[in-house]
Amino acid sequence: MSTQTIVQSNAISIKKKKTNSKKSKIFFRGLFLPIFILFLWQLLGTVGVLPAQLFSSPLLILTSFIELIQSGELASHLQISLTRAILGFSLGSFFGLLVGIIVGMNKRSEEYLNPTIQMLRTIPLLAITPLFIMWFGFGELSKVLLIALGAFFPLYLQTFLGIRNVDQKLYDVAQILEYSRLEKITKLMIPGALPNILLGIRLALSAAWMCLVVAELLGADRGVGFMIQDARSFMQTDIVFVGIIIFALAGKISDSIVRFLENRLLKWQDSFKA
Amino acid sequence: MTVAALQINDVSKVFNNESERVHVLDNINLSVKQGEFLSVIGPSGCGKSTLLKLIAGLDLHYEGTIVIGSQDVNGPSKDRGFIFQEHRLFPWLTAEKNIAGNLSLKDPAIRKRVDDLISLVKLNGFEKAFPRQLSGGMSQRVAIARALLRNPEILLLDEPFGALDAFTRSHLQEALLEIWQKNQTTMVLVTHDIDEAVFLSSKIVVMDSKPGRIKATVSIDLPYPRRRTSKSFQEFRTVILNHLDHKPEDKEDWTI
Repeated sequence: MSTQTIVQSNAISIKKKKTNSKKSKIFFRGLFLPIFILFLWQLLGTVGVLPAQLFSSPLLILTSFIELIQSGELASHLQISLTRAILGFSLGSFFGLLVGIIVGMNKRSEEYLNPTIQMLRTIPLLAITPLFIMWFGFGELSKVLLIALGAFFPLYLQTFLGIRNVDQKLYDVAQILEYSRLEKITKLMIPGALPNILLGIRLALSAAWMCLVVAELLGADRGVGFMIQDARSFMQTDIVFVGIIIFALAGKISDSIVRFLENRLLKWQDSFKA
Repeated sequence: MTVAALQINDVSKVFNNESERVHVLDNINLSVKQGEFLSVIGPSGCGKSTLLKLIAGLDLHYEGTIVIGSQDVNGPSKDRGFIFQEHRLFPWLTAEKNIAGNLSLKDPAIRKRVDDLISLVKLNGFEKAFPRQLSGGMSQRVAIARALLRNPEILLLDEPFGALDAFTRSHLQEALLEIWQKNQTTMVLVTHDIDEAVFLSSKIVVMDSKPGRIKATVSIDLPYPRRRTSKSFQEFRTVILNHLDHKPEDKEDWTI
């Protein structure tokens, strides 16, 4: 009996090792192309085929990255950008969730609100930006509102969809168990719609980042987008690249946070793979 | 005379389709005594599930009156538990949280009650499992425990074992019988399985379809536990079968 367990656990650990080495192999395969490109880029830059002013080079970018960090300039730009993104995202996602729930649970409010929201959704956000600047100026308000608008639609849509997809039969159960109206929302609709809501949050996050970049490129005196715009006018290509990398990292990190939440909150799902 | 746990007086229900009016239930009169195990059997479309929904208070559009104890039904209430054909557990809750429903497990009294119910339906060790990790039979056990949480006076069962395999079904039938004998809960079971009805019930109501009305009432006075293979069991099966097969006009021949 005990030998059997030992053999079994050995077998499991061997299997684990195998999958681990396989995983790292796949990881390195994915890493190959970016490293190759960076290497080629650096080589062509050093040889002088690519003009340094337009294309910079990985080493130059790294140097200015470190300089920007050391001078504290990057931190101050990043701070203001993050504040805008967080404020706008919170505002937009709060209302997206709220309106999504209201429209999802009430047919009447769907008939009143949904057609308008669906129509507004089709307008490209870039087309509204000039209006926002005219109405709210170049200040923080217009930026935060633009980001909020970008975050609102995906979350609204997914929440609404998620609530409509909650198994109708479970409402009978909630009624039998005498759930109050509030309990029906917090203990049936929201958990049932959670897969969609989390997807909505992910989509809203990427929309928020995009709106942040747009808002900061169009007119700002601080922020990572401004840093890019400012560097462009002085032909500091390496700083432009630093800004792009910052946005890429921020997007990736926020996406990972939502993924982490999905792992924690959706482990009850059939299709979920831990 | 004991007070009826459930009294149904002249209940009729009509579905208005676009083209026709369908009499789903036509003048149903029924009285269920405290602690009785009543089965309602009939072909699909005879309105038996609709009748159960009316008793549960899920549907209030009908004629006639339904009285529980001494109160008219005007909506769902904790004096009636309901078990559906599918387990209908909330997939995002663990077994124990499903049983607790909207009551908090942090309350020691609820905690104790849930633990007792878990032992009653023999699910010890699966308290923290999600519904997707449970088999069909285990899920239905959770659903039974959930329905029993508030100590209902009447348990309404809508073909609760219909979707299960034969082994699981007979296990759960025995479990249900045990619970019934232990708690003295009044049971109203809707089924299309004659064997199940004869095995469990103290009284069987046979329904006819279109319009849905009561065709016959049969008291099963066999002692528990019943053996499905016994001669008297088979006789009752035959009686019910004949009620179901025959046309209304010769029903006199088969009433006991």
